[in-house]
Amino acid sequence: MASMRDIKRRKTSIQSTQQITKAMKLVSTVKLQRAKGRAERSKAYFNCMYETITGMISRTGHIDHPYLVSGSSDKKAVIVITSNRGLAGGYNSNIVKLVTGSELKKEDVLIYAIGKKGRDVLKRRGYNIKADYSEVINEPLYKDAMEITDELLEAFSNKEIGEIWLAYTGFKNTVSHIPTLLKLLPVDSSVGKAEEGTDGQHAEDTAASKTLMNYEPEETEALELIIPKYVASLIYGALIEAVASENGARMQAMDSATSNAEEMIGTLELQYNRARQGHITQELTEIIGGAEALSS
Amino acid sequence: MADERAFSLKIITPDRVFYEGDAIMVELRTTEGEIGVLKNHIPLTSVIAPGLLRIKESDTEVKTAALISGFVEILQDSVTILAEVIEWPDEIDINRAEEARIRAERRLAERADKTNLKRAELALARSVARIEAAKK
Repeated sequence: MASMRDIKRRKTSIQSTQQITKAMKLVSTVKLQRAKGRAERSKAYFNCMYETITGMISRTGHIDHPYLVSGSSDKKAVIVITSNRGLAGGYNSNIVKLVTGSELKKEDVLIYAIGKKGRDVLKRRGYNIKADYSEVINEPLYKDAMEITDELLEAFSNKEIGEIWLAYTGFKNTVSHIPTLLKLLPVDSSVGKAEEGTDGQHAEDTAASKTLMNYEPEETEALELIIPKYVASLIYGALIEAVASENGARMQAMDSATSNAEEMIGTLELQYNRARQGHITQELTEIIGGAEALSS
Repeated sequence: MADERAFSLKIITPDRVFYEGDAIMVELRTTEGEIGVLKNHIPLTSVIAPGLLRIKESDTEVKTAALISGFVEILQDSVTILAEVIEWPDEIDINRAEEARIRAERRLAERADKTNLKRAELALARSVARIEAAKK
């Protein structure tokens, strides 16, 4: 059995760890609230953007625009959004698993990393890191998303990359975060149609209103101008959701760490008391034994 | 109170709802030129070029803002502007805009290669729009 002193030392060390995890939990709770508010405020923009784009694409149908057909290059750019800091449970490794477990071949993938954790792990696994925007995740701005989009679209139109994917953690609510792998470009023209088909009445309404829509400049040209905005808004939305998810994941991880520490302290307390009682009993037996030896 | 010429106007940015309310006329600049939108306009989607946005709320009340990029969706009784960058006059740093204008003009005068020229032209348009809005 471990000595009393050892147990005591172990207990204090766990207690101080618990203090840290408790503090981290509080901090990430506050950050989560802020990130959640931000995500909710920007929802309107993305919903509107999504509707407009799917509407345009389903209406224009089969046009031969480079943004709509797969590029000639086999290379696939993957934007991987993770966090700069650890201690967030499975948050980062889930994203890495999503990328390594996908059907995308390692040789074809160019990683555009946002977040140090994902970047480091993927680098170790032998992925090709093309660019690194890890600073962005601390405080995502729409401007950052625009810059990343510009760079990607330039590579896309130079035929350096044929597809653009986005891997991020979607924020559904405080406790459920979904790792998501999404194809940004080329835009799948069948997507808009399929989704509209699912809710019959609504689809008819929107289809009717869309037949009247005019475009200035004409559709193909407008599409060319609007798609970069669409990509930027998706990246920005992913960044904001990822930040909310990160803090949610960290909050959960720290919460369970704190309660685990609590449990361990309880067990140690019990062990400590037993050891103390054992010590006392032993001393007593020794004294009694000594006294008996003297009196006899 | 309700003006029958009024339609609902919504301006959304990625970070916030910038403006929401009724207007009787909206003037803005698209890539094809400046347009003014009244109620019962034909449905139109258009891409925005840097310029001044004027929201006429009533005959006396006019609000202005610098609308830099985004696109607009016009329906018969509502207008939605999805703005990537838009600023109220009191949010504009006029000194910075002036500096940007001077820089862009210099770059245009130097006649750099084609891509830079385009970029400088855009920067100039942006700064001019901001200055215009701030001076109103």
